[in-house]
Amino acid sequence: MDLFEYQARDLFEANSIPVLKAKVATTAAQARDAAQEIGGKVVVKAQVKVGGRGKAGGVKLAENGEDAYVKAEAILGMDIKGHIVKKVMIAAAAPIESEYYLAILLDRSNRSFLVMASVAGGMDIEEVAHKTPEKLAKVHIDPNEGISQEKALEIVRQGGFGSDVENQVADVLVTLWKTFQSSDATLVEVNPLVKTVDGRVIALDGKVTLDDNAAFRHPEFEALIDHEAADPLEALAKERDLNYVKLQGEVGVIGNGAGLVMSTLDVVAYAGEKFGGVKPANFLDIGGGASAQVMADGLSIILGDKDVKSVFVNVFGGITSCDAVANGIIQALEMLGDKASKPIVVRLDGNNVIEGRAILNKANHPLIQQVDSMDGAAARAAELAAK
Amino acid sequence: MAIFLTEKTKVIVQGITGSEGSKHTRRMILSGTNIVGGVTPGKGGQVVEIEGKSLPVFNSVKEAIAATGADASVIFVPPKFAKSAVIDAIDAHLPLIVVITEGIPVHDTASFYAHSLKVGKSRIIGPNCPGLISPGKSNIGITPADITGPGSIGLVSKSGTLTYQMMYELRDIGFTTAVGIGGDPIVGTTHIDCLRAFQDDPETKAIVMIGEIGGDAEERAAAFIKEYVTKPVVGYVAGFTAPEGKTMGHAGAIVSGSSGTAEAKKVALEAAGVKVGKTPSQTAELLRAILKG
Repeated sequence: MDLFEYQARDLFEANSIPVLKAKVATTAAQARDAAQEIGGKVVVKAQVKVGGRGKAGGVKLAENGEDAYVKAEAILGMDIKGHIVKKVMIAAAAPIESEYYLAILLDRSNRSFLVMASVAGGMDIEEVAHKTPEKLAKVHIDPNEGISQEKALEIVRQGGFGSDVENQVADVLVTLWKTFQSSDATLVEVNPLVKTVDGRVIALDGKVTLDDNAAFRHPEFEALIDHEAADPLEALAKERDLNYVKLQGEVGVIGNGAGLVMSTLDVVAYAGEKFGGVKPANFLDIGGGASAQVMADGLSIILGDKDVKSVFVNVFGGITSCDAVANGIIQALEMLGDKASKPIVVRLDGNNVIEGRAILNKANHPLIQQVDSMDGAAARAAELAAK
Repeated sequence: MAIFLTEKTKVIVQGITGSEGSKHTRRMILSGTNIVGGVTPGKGGQVVEIEGKSLPVFNSVKEAIAATGADASVIFVPPKFAKSAVIDAIDAHLPLIVVITEGIPVHDTASFYAHSLKVGKSRIIGPNCPGLISPGKSNIGITPADITGPGSIGLVSKSGTLTYQMMYELRDIGFTTAVGIGGDPIVGTTHIDCLRAFQDDPETKAIVMIGEIGGDAEERAAAFIKEYVTKPVVGYVAGFTAPEGKTMGHAGAIVSGSSGTAEAKKVALEAAGVKVGKTPSQTAELLRAILKG
């Protein structure tokens, strides 16, 4: 889960990382009140989970409360790369002398954690890494050792920080590590970390990604979820514990196992090229146990998508046997009744496939068509969606 | 021969008294796996009766090894307790630890993986994986044993059901070993580890490598193939149509920015001389054509 900037800021503050005073607002009036409470010049910042908001006009300096009202009114509702701005953060403006970069992240390639630190912050760090790699210190962290004060100082010096700020930045790094670990984050990034003209080191903007797998030990994660952003069908699927992602296409897809479903999407898209560019409408993994209820829940979500013209059920019976899946499909269609109105192409293979196919043949349901191969079934589903 | 797992491997089940653990212990025994016992802390001394076998339960892996001579374990404990189960196996110097559990926090995996490197005695497979099967010999994990029999293909994959699909497509040829390495951001055994083992295994004649979006494991594997592997390799990558920034079920399968796309992986593999199929069936055909010469 990616956090909004204001949520990252709150997390930093709760962990004693120095941040500026700030408040979040959903209306221009709230923005004005927040600016007046903070006092002096403020920055009005669009809260969107996408980069490049500054260039898009989503960050503006305001002189006072009234000005913050005007700026917030302009920013709220903006469309930044497909993200509609629903909240702004009003933050105290700080006179900046230098901009730095500091991050701790999961490093998949090295199966460990990585610190990146640079005095060349503020701008695109990927460009810094690419053009002047010597300006970016990259240091691996043993997950069981973490970052001591000593280690932090060593990293900070390697990143080119001067003696005037190295102790302050090292303190921030140690605290950032504690935040990273205690929050089960996979990314904590401060960009920029700034030195103000009066010599303070402050985290001005932050990105945090939390590990959803760790939610069981973080009851506080629940409050951070952006429920508004979820597609209504995705929200419904989540309620029913289904692993569903909405896509822009016409062939509804149900399968078992994440890899097989991803592959099914691709196979449908290839098959769709022959039928006017028909595409998969969703990702839906019903997992190991394809009970009638799970199948009914899955089918009802997919049939609730008005873009869906046909459905492709692609199951390889492993632990789940094909006869159970076949019975699940038949019972699901009984449960759904008239709500089920789109053709359903079924491909079964694996455990008890003969029994499974026989059950579907015997049921002779008008909506169900069986095709024995995955590629063939995808082509049939694409053809039906194109009609 | 097979890699990592043979008929001699003595396996204990961590979490044997749980519902998943006992269900899959039964399936593993039926597929010929030499299960010698189980571990559930606090339930040591109990005996579990499964498929005519009386399996002793121990409080720790160390005790289990002392009593049974086990040299591998398979872990079915819930995410909350998975880290301590893996650490227990690492500290007992078990050579092979297969972590089936899905949903382990990545900080826990990073921690036990780093610990395993330090101790230096164990190979970890997974987490969030189906395990591995050497058909006709042994099966650790949840892979259906009856899809295919022993043969000459080595298979390595991030995904479970795609592994089953590919084994099914090539069931007439059969496999030395199929390894599901798991779909999490950090896994104990990589494509490269398996490619190296298959290259060194005299019975493996050809290798199928299945990847999916996210990370750069496939790109690294491609570089390794170029340098080390002389046996024919065919590849398949899932996730061409996956949108940026969305997780598709596997915690690791997420595309961020321009890195980790299926197209980038396909290009890297092809540059290393790997034939890459567009669909699982087509990939199977590519392998068939190579074996026919």
